[in-house]
Amino acid sequence: MSEPAVKEKKQKLSVPFNYDKYMRPHKLPHIWCPGCGHGIVLKSLLRAVEATGIDKDNICMVSGIGCSSRTPGYVDFNTMHTLHGRAFSFATGIKLAKPEMKVIVISGDGDALAIGGNHFIHTCRRNIDLTAIVYTNSTYGMTGGQYSPTTPIGDIATTSRYGNIEPPFDACEMAKAAGATFVARGTAYHTLELEKTILAALQHKGMSVVDVIDACPTYYGRMNKFKSATHMMEVIEKDGTVNVKQVDKLPPEKVQGKLLRGILHNVERPEYCQQYANIIEKAKGGK
Amino acid sequence: MAEKRKKLLQGNEACVEGALYAGCMFYAGYPITPSTEIAEGLSVRLPQRGGKFIQMEDEIASIAAAIGGSMTGLKSLTATSGPGFSLKQEGLGYACIAEIPLVIVNVMRGGPSTGYPTGPSQSDIMQAKWGTHGDHPAIAVTPAYVQEILSETVRAFNLSEKYRTPVIVLYDEILGHMREPITIPDAGELPVVDRAKPTCPPEEYFPYDEKYEVPPLAPFGTGYRYHVTGLNHKKDGFPTNDSKQIRENNMRIMNKIENHKDEIWKNEEKFLDDAKIAVVTIGSTARSANFAVRVAREQGIKAGLLRPLTVWPFPDKAVKELSKRVRAIIVPELNLGQMVLEVERCAGGACAVEGIHRVDGEPINPAQILEVIKKYA
Ligand SMILES: Cc1ncc(C[n+]2csc(CCOP(=O)(O)OP(=O)(O)O)c2C)c(N)n1
Ligand code: SF4
Repeated sequence: MSEPAVKEKKQKLSVPFNYDKYMRPHKLPHIWCPGCGHGIVLKSLLRAVEATGIDKDNICMVSGIGCSSRTPGYVDFNTMHTLHGRAFSFATGIKLAKPEMKVIVISGDGDALAIGGNHFIHTCRRNIDLTAIVYTNSTYGMTGGQYSPTTPIGDIATTSRYGNIEPPFDACEMAKAAGATFVARGTAYHTLELEKTILAALQHKGMSVVDVIDACPTYYGRMNKFKSATHMMEVIEKDGTVNVKQVDKLPPEKVQGKLLRGILHNVERPEYCQQYANIIEKAKGGK
Repeated sequence: MAEKRKKLLQGNEACVEGALYAGCMFYAGYPITPSTEIAEGLSVRLPQRGGKFIQMEDEIASIAAAIGGSMTGLKSLTATSGPGFSLKQEGLGYACIAEIPLVIVNVMRGGPSTGYPTGPSQSDIMQAKWGTHGDHPAIAVTPAYVQEILSETVRAFNLSEKYRTPVIVLYDEILGHMREPITIPDAGELPVVDRAKPTCPPEEYFPYDEKYEVPPLAPFGTGYRYHVTGLNHKKDGFPTNDSKQIRENNMRIMNKIENHKDEIWKNEEKFLDDAKIAVVTIGSTARSANFAVRVAREQGIKAGLLRPLTVWPFPDKAVKELSKRVRAIIVPELNLGQMVLEVERCAGGACAVEGIHRVDGEPINPAQILEVIKKYA
């Protein structure tokens, strides 16, 4: 299958920024721990939303269950905190019913890749116009630090005290294989780059997935002997990743074993709701 | 007035007609025998009216997508059977607590597990009430004729829109696949209810405002930006840890149904005025019971039939009242004893209660019922 690649646009950053426009300030303080990456990701996301110019009334944010999935409660959109793993399906219903709405899915790595794995795959396959932000912290934060589908082999969790023996998933590889037409990765450390990446995802027509590597210092960090939240960010997000554009310029040993950041896959393919609009026309025409 | 449309339809096809009559514009489902014809029918019919149909990857996703569709203001339906109904329980509970209108059809087949897919059963009566965890309101309607599948599907949509709650249409495989001549009602012949929408300015809107029994529901994307969650919540829709608010939340969703049982209940009564023996049953079994009662009457036995068209909330009042003036209540059902427990509870020892149960994939026939009627004659 050859799908035309989409050219990258130059994006303008929006700094400084008034977050209040998009927050529900009376819902603060949030539940996230000091040092948690989730709030940092949200800031990049809101700046990207601003850059799209889409009215808040026309934005719907849907999440599953988890620390990351608490995000919609804090933002001033049409927001829905649903069931563990099912955000993709709720969002599919909303988008199909109201295609003019921008629908953003917020999910954790457990939410999207474990309990929601099947929904994630099929949502990518349909290429429905959703933007999914997967907060990948390699643990189940909300339930207290059990191993997740992205926990590296050997790592400690409350349910892998002897070291994790399950190989981790790469959310981006999976999204691409399943049929998402825009796949990217960012981290909570590279906030401005993340903003640009999310903006490109929001502007993409079709299923876009942004896997965001962030950290859970409270559980994963403590159990795996990281000194601090910033230490985690440096080791996992800064040193553990490399921008896809730099890969060719770097010696192989500086790339090996690292996760790629940036836009990893960006192609055009007919979008689900557009195709359904054609079905309606056909059905109405009696053919 | 347009000429009445007479059709020879299967139960599941009548369900499609009922959904369309009620104004259904969104369907999400996953194929399963013996309910699949509903999905097949709506996949053709919905886009003809600009509605949306989607086949999801499983029943969990189906109910989730249907709830999503409803959040945008579209009347939504999902249909399934046995194993699929089990999977939908998670989403059913979500629609209860988040108060999202939705109709779920369960064409009952034999179980447990994959059981007997092509055989009739009435073994999901209790699941329709207790299947999802936590205390929650339940409404389930139980048609017994193909024509009634149409009208009860319309009623299910109406109840769900009126009370902002999921409503289950529960019938068995016999009815799903049986063909009967029916009349498609003209527009206006059956009432069609639409959910209340807010008229206040967005800053004054509370999606769970306790000043209403059933607060108006704003469709997403209409300027009312609010929050929906499956956690216990306050009137603004945001989660709460306050025990008073948790209680209020739980009680309000129960009471909005509990306080209106009289409007939700619907029973058919036959020969009950002077009956000494009553049969209480639903769905296809009620058709056999109807026959048995008529034969009993011909033989001079004072038998009668109470057929609930609303099985949940259970028709306590009617059964209680009945138990005080009959010798015995007989409860035939295609399971090992579910509705009989409710009847026993309501009768409270006032009369004899006897169940007739069958789980071999065959219907309960009139002779079986007549035999028990005669025992009490
Ligand atoms: C059906 C179901 N199973 C389990 C849970 C418990 N649970 C809540 S959040 C969660 C994991 C969340 O992990 P992740 O999605 O990675 O998000 P994080 O909390 O790490 O941000 C689990 C297992 C649940 N709420 N529902
Ligand atoms: S438990 Fe972990 S994931 Fe959850 S808020 Fe705290 S740091 Fe973040």
